[in-house]
Amino acid sequence: MTALEVASRVPDPELPVLTLADLGVLRDVVEADGRVLVTITPTYSGCPAIEEMGADLRRSLRAAGYADVEVRLSLTPAWTTDWISEEGRRKLAAAGIAPPARLGPRAAGPVPLNLVPPARRVACPRCGSTRTTELSRFGSTACKALRRCADCAEPFEHVKEI
Amino acid sequence: MSFDNAYGSLVDQEDAHWAFGTGFAEPLPGVDRAVPSTVDRDDLFAYCLMLGDDALVLAQRLAEWCSRAPELEEDVALANIALDLLGQARLLLTRAGEVEGAGRDEDALAYLRDEREFRNVHLAEIECGPRAGGDFATTMARLLVFSSWKVAQYGRLRAFADPVVAAVAAKGLKELAYHRDHAAQWVVRLGDGTPESHERMRAGVRRVWPYLDELFTGHAVELRLGVDPAPLRSEVDGVLAEVFRAAGLTRPEPVPAARVAGRAGRDGVHTEAMGYLLAELQHVHRSLPGATW
Repeated sequence: MTALEVASRVPDPELPVLTLADLGVLRDVVEADGRVLVTITPTYSGCPAIEEMGADLRRSLRAAGYADVEVRLSLTPAWTTDWISEEGRRKLAAAGIAPPARLGPRAAGPVPLNLVPPARRVACPRCGSTRTTELSRFGSTACKALRRCADCAEPFEHVKEI
Repeated sequence: MSFDNAYGSLVDQEDAHWAFGTGFAEPLPGVDRAVPSTVDRDDLFAYCLMLGDDALVLAQRLAEWCSRAPELEEDVALANIALDLLGQARLLLTRAGEVEGAGRDEDALAYLRDEREFRNVHLAEIECGPRAGGDFATTMARLLVFSSWKVAQYGRLRAFADPVVAAVAAKGLKELAYHRDHAAQWVVRLGDGTPESHERMRAGVRRVWPYLDELFTGHAVELRLGVDPAPLRSEVDGVLAEVFRAAGLTRPEPVPAARVAGRAGRDGVHTEAMGYLLAELQHVHRSLPGATW
């Protein structure tokens, strides 16, 4: 396997149904002169999993025979949930986690204030109903919120848009 | 990796497998850290400390709420907000150490500086709860003012001459905007709630209001770098007015907190709360130098 193929299969430590490539965290893999240079980007500034991601990439690449691996961090442009691939979105939903809505290009200028939670129609990953409400704006990891479905009454996690 | 034995996956692994956040590596591997020729090195060092200390000190304050918040979801929320700020602080203090070039890393700057060397604004350090004299409503008033100011500040810093600070700002902006929305929704919920919650929200706003002026008082370093915070005021005022209108609150009379011979947090002159905060933040590292867990 090429280094890119190896790196693309490494799962995210906190959302192991996704690969780092699905998540959009894997930015670049360059192979030159027996050396592999991997570039990743953090999801949130304080995301504690970023070092684990680097360690997993180094471990997997070493196991695949790439002895000389360097993992670099790229802060810019900042990660956005829009980089989660279609495949990643399908995997999230199949694992019972509602994928984020697509934000598209952000307008320049001041960031608008949201005094009431934006009424995004987040579909329940279990029954598909869009009658869902937010239970908590922060969930088990920095990137998720907690919601509940009014139809099947199940709580579920939602990767919040950023 | 085998899951037959609950402990099986823990052996023969790199340290990072034991728990996230152990043995932190240097946080900016491979990021281009050349200092632009247009920026004065001493000024950039001082400015990175200002930004990093704002984030570090408020992260410490918010972490104090862990297990003390009025509901479990809020424990998680405040800890997550603190974590975002701590992540920003790590990047900014690492950058400060790099620019200084004296071999100090993020830990040296966070744990081994004394009170007079910290450059955060007073708003980040004052006691707003959970200890006596504070309140959850006061904490939300502080978070609203702080994050509204930071959103305005980071928004402009996206175009700053130093590419590392600009990148941290662009990323942090999205996080701060979420924090600001969270605080704003609580201020409205409490301000527009029961007579009791309204009164406590009103008291919270009055508690933090004297520290507003400092946020828009430019330090000589900021003026030289072209990042005077004074022009941020109209954007912040607009946001606060919108929140207060929805919350049924009024702006208190502006009575700025006293400065010491014109000096405040940006000059290393702090309130009484700062020494206690640093004692808690730093004592493990100072008692057991280099300790990791």
